[in-house]
Amino acid sequence: MTAIQSRPRHTASAARNRIWDAGPLTKVVLAFALVLSAFPIYYMFIMATRTNEEAMDVPPPLLPGGHLGENVARLFSTEDAYFLTGLINSAIVSVTVTLSVVFISTLAGFAFAKLRFKGSKILLGLILVTMMVPLQQMGIVPLYELMVTLGWTGQLKAVILPFLVNGFGVFMMTQYATQAVPDELVEAARVDGASTMRIYVNVILPALRPGMAVLALLVFMQTWNEFMWPLIVLNPDNPVVQTSIAALNQAHGTDYVMLFTGTAASVLPLFIVFVAFGRQIVGGLMEGAVKA
Amino acid sequence: MTLHVDTPAPPRPGPRRSAGHRGPGRSRGFARFDLRATPYFLVSPYFLLFAIFGIFPLGYTLWVSLHEWELAGDKTLVGFDNYTELITDGAFWNAVVNTLGMFAMSTIPQLALALLLANALNKRIRGRLFFRLGVLLPLITSVVAVAVVFTQLYGRDYGMINWFLSLFDVDPINWQNQKWSSWIAISTMIDWRWTGYNAIILLAAMQTIPKDLYEAAAIDGATARRQFWQITVPMLRPTIIFTVFISTIGGLTLFTEPVMFDGNPTMAGGTTGQYQTVAMFIVKEAFRDFDFGYAAAAAWLLFVLILIGTLINYSFTRRIGGSK
Repeated sequence: MTAIQSRPRHTASAARNRIWDAGPLTKVVLAFALVLSAFPIYYMFIMATRTNEEAMDVPPPLLPGGHLGENVARLFSTEDAYFLTGLINSAIVSVTVTLSVVFISTLAGFAFAKLRFKGSKILLGLILVTMMVPLQQMGIVPLYELMVTLGWTGQLKAVILPFLVNGFGVFMMTQYATQAVPDELVEAARVDGASTMRIYVNVILPALRPGMAVLALLVFMQTWNEFMWPLIVLNPDNPVVQTSIAALNQAHGTDYVMLFTGTAASVLPLFIVFVAFGRQIVGGLMEGAVKA
Repeated sequence: MTLHVDTPAPPRPGPRRSAGHRGPGRSRGFARFDLRATPYFLVSPYFLLFAIFGIFPLGYTLWVSLHEWELAGDKTLVGFDNYTELITDGAFWNAVVNTLGMFAMSTIPQLALALLLANALNKRIRGRLFFRLGVLLPLITSVVAVAVVFTQLYGRDYGMINWFLSLFDVDPINWQNQKWSSWIAISTMIDWRWTGYNAIILLAAMQTIPKDLYEAAAIDGATARRQFWQITVPMLRPTIIFTVFISTIGGLTLFTEPVMFDGNPTMAGGTTGQYQTVAMFIVKEAFRDFDFGYAAAAAWLLFVLILIGTLINYSFTRRIGGSK
């Protein structure tokens, strides 16, 4: 994580209003926030390198120990947690859901942003309204019955299917396409005789690429973190990583080190993504916020 | 890899090849069909899947809630019996009170801190991106992981928080045991994960406020604090409303943190249900007691609760900095 930032430009106006310079109070606030944000994560990784006796020291250890290897080995061999299965399942579910949400959102976003059709305003409004409804929790009983009827409980498709579309994704891609694709470009392609699908492939997709990356990252993180629905619809022997941790917690609530090694392993993929694409995530969140 | 997405789209010329090569009549007919029909084709995957996995369950929940509906498939139409029973069910109201309590306890400090943090992040300082990434760090940990870490930090005997409090001669607190202490513990989990995210959202909005407003105020002799309250906060109103909406929905559907805090997925929320939330109540009724109709009715009441919560928050936040 490099923190290189372009130097502030010393314009005359900036010099006039000194409230933009970080004072000592600001520095304290930021440093404090940084420590608070990082500490629990740091602590999690530290505990994954310790033994249970060390974890119960008072005050607790704050430096890495030498037991990471054996903890990881123990984690993956814990029988009733099926941790490796959980990791693989989470990867399958998250990648599938991400690809689907990004694809379907770019299709719909293109239509809402750049095409004129009857009812488009109403349909987009409908998406916005339903974004406010906690569908996942409200519809949980029928969704479960649906999966029972289809015979899909315990299978990964039961976790994948309800998440294949995402109103937030459509909304984000609509905003993004409105801004990133000039109308003239679409018009020009039309005049040249390109069909709508061709415009989608050759004009829209290349222009949306940075937005798609941000959406993909956000959806991947969200899906990776999914807990309630997998807990209900999957069986303990075929879990996703989050429910696998819950199983560890239930079976070995006092085995802190196992729990911490498990959570550290479950966070690691997201951590890597964040280190690699942090800039884009921050930028994407900020873009999305301004437009919302 | 650009941070700013307002870079112009690549000036790629539209494809030319197929133009005019086909018979004019057929091509024009296709073009008209394409213009009219393709948009619906493009939005249909979303609405199709959403109808099956979003709208259908929602409507069907209402239907289920009017029945005595067991897992085995026995269903009897009972009208509003589930609802009238719920309204007199102490356990349900306990869950409602817990949810509202933890919602208020987490959201208010969270948004206040986020505003403070966003203001700090908006200042000129070295390594600004580093700080922004830093405050977003909690967002990338899973809720389950947060709950595990914090539950241990709040441990009665070996937890770091009790150790820290002992430095000030505070006796060890059994955080899970009491309503107030478990609410505090769970609220801090929520705040830790979401404050930075809200700060980034607010920061983005802050940066769209025209700087000349501040310059004019500075010339008039307004202090930084005054500028913050008289310019920043009022100008942020739409974004604050947005963050309140998001927090309301998140707060009223609270589930993972209290479940993991319990350590034992019976959905009871502590020995006397001191931190059982409405979402946990629904899952417990449906998937522990297999009383689907009752759970469905609770789900609809949760929805009503969110609706009321959102409306109250909306009318409340509308007044922020507002004599408009």
